[in-house]
Amino acid sequence: MDLVRNILEIIENDPKIEISEIAALVGRPDADVMDCIDQLEKDGAIRKYKTVIDWDKVNNGYVYAIIEIKVSLERETGYNVVADRISRFPEVRSVRLISGDHDISLTVRGRSMKEVAFFVAEKIATLPQVQSTATHFVLKTYKEDGVMLHEPEHAERLPIVA
Amino acid sequence: MNQNMQSVFRSSHKRMIRISDAVRSVPPSGIRRFFDMTTELEDVISLGVGEPDFVTPWHIRETCIHALESGYTSYTTNQGLFELRKEIADTFRRDHSVDYDPDSEILITTGVSEGIDLVMRSILNRGDEVIVPEPCYVSYTPTVVFAGGVPVTVSTRIENGFKVTSEQIKGKITEKTRAILINYPNNPTGATMEKKDLEEIADVAIEHGLIVISDEIYDKLTYDGKHTCFSSLNGMMDTTVVFNGFSKSHAMTGLRIGYALGNRDIIGAMTKIHQYTMLCAPVTSQMAAIDALRNGREEMARMVREYDRRRHLIINGLNKLGLDCFWGKGAFYAFASIENTGLTSDEFAERLLLDKHVAVVPGNVFGNSGEGFLRCSYAASRDDIKEALLRIGEFLESIQRVVQYNVA
Repeated sequence: MDLVRNILEIIENDPKIEISEIAALVGRPDADVMDCIDQLEKDGAIRKYKTVIDWDKVNNGYVYAIIEIKVSLERETGYNVVADRISRFPEVRSVRLISGDHDISLTVRGRSMKEVAFFVAEKIATLPQVQSTATHFVLKTYKEDGVMLHEPEHAERLPIVA
Repeated sequence: MNQNMQSVFRSSHKRMIRISDAVRSVPPSGIRRFFDMTTELEDVISLGVGEPDFVTPWHIRETCIHALESGYTSYTTNQGLFELRKEIADTFRRDHSVDYDPDSEILITTGVSEGIDLVMRSILNRGDEVIVPEPCYVSYTPTVVFAGGVPVTVSTRIENGFKVTSEQIKGKITEKTRAILINYPNNPTGATMEKKDLEEIADVAIEHGLIVISDEIYDKLTYDGKHTCFSSLNGMMDTTVVFNGFSKSHAMTGLRIGYALGNRDIIGAMTKIHQYTMLCAPVTSQMAAIDALRNGREEMARMVREYDRRRHLIINGLNKLGLDCFWGKGAFYAFASIENTGLTSDEFAERLLLDKHVAVVPGNVFGNSGEGFLRCSYAASRDDIKEALLRIGEFLESIQRVVQYNVA
């Protein structure tokens, strides 16, 4: 298996894993793994070691909303300009250019529906390139970034079988 | 008969049922004893299981659900759904350049185990011999015996990478020999055979007119090198019966679905027995198998990559603990030598289970040449493997202390 892909797949699933354990899993010396990861970080292939948190579990829930935006483009300004502008707000968790009825899709996080609604109304809708916005509040998250936010299934396996 | 005698007759009635010689001659699986022991213990980490710890990929389970919803709950043709046989034929043409006619050369079975039973009953007359390299999966020699045949075992050795050689096979051939049964990648050793190794076996088979029964259930789990399908070897298409299935590659053990590929006479004979004893493989599983072949490559590859990581983890881990572990290139078993501990496989496995609650399978269960080894399955989570390695390390220390104490 390709070493880079192998390592990335391991870290993507478990960013806290130790170098020595990765080395054991891929069957290479620690130094090789360290070099490989250093290079991936330098190249920007690895952007951040992230944790998936179910905030509802700590009674500190956030309100999330998905905002779809239609954008009017001017000659000089492409999607990148408006996307970059929107990305700078810390309330905005993700920004994506999408196909279909809308052009850009955001995930916005706030403390309350009101906070999110006002943020969209005041900061996003007022941008000159933004034609229209549609706000969808998230009611429940079942799966986040490949992680199920409820108890995974546990089918019983017999301990010893041929 | 007076009343007294009647009651004697009744009370001993149970003991008077006669079980056939063939069945009585076969000992119960050595694995069974360990299974019974583990059920009484808590907190057992099991490296004893010969099945994936993954659940069947969701898209396949979803296909099962859909099939049930649509009402696919009846018998299929005895040979299995044509669509599935066609898909298998296409797969083998693409992957191994071998051409099987889905109409007459493919039989869908309820797993490879049924298939092996069918082929033995199809080709063996009473007293015919089948050469079986050991260590091997526990069902091979009993299946030969149940069919009235005589298993002739050949011991493979770690020094030779647990490969069976043509010399070894030649040494066992008599006028009664009908077939050779091979299984690579191998359960329990993880050994694989390269094309040139297999060609030597093929030459012997051709020279002596033997059928080769090739159980290739672990073929997708080949980590180094490329698996060679035995029937793709020159001149072997007609005299090889290839067995494969979905249990290991697609984590579908409980769905009981496999297949046999071979010449139309053998497959025809096997189908005859199958139609009278099994009728057909479960239709839900057949539908699942179609989906596995059409859409299952990606999920399968993901599982294989993870097995490969665990292979490194467990083999290196066991080696570091001082248990010489064979570097198997396939299946999902680490076969570790415990020779330097002075314990037998049975003693080691039993004490490890009772002292440290780690379940492994003693190598002698797979034949005499497995004595001195343990089969540790790495179809277990990484956390379980790490914890098992820790406990095995503690166990080794504890028995070493005893040894030192005894010497002093």
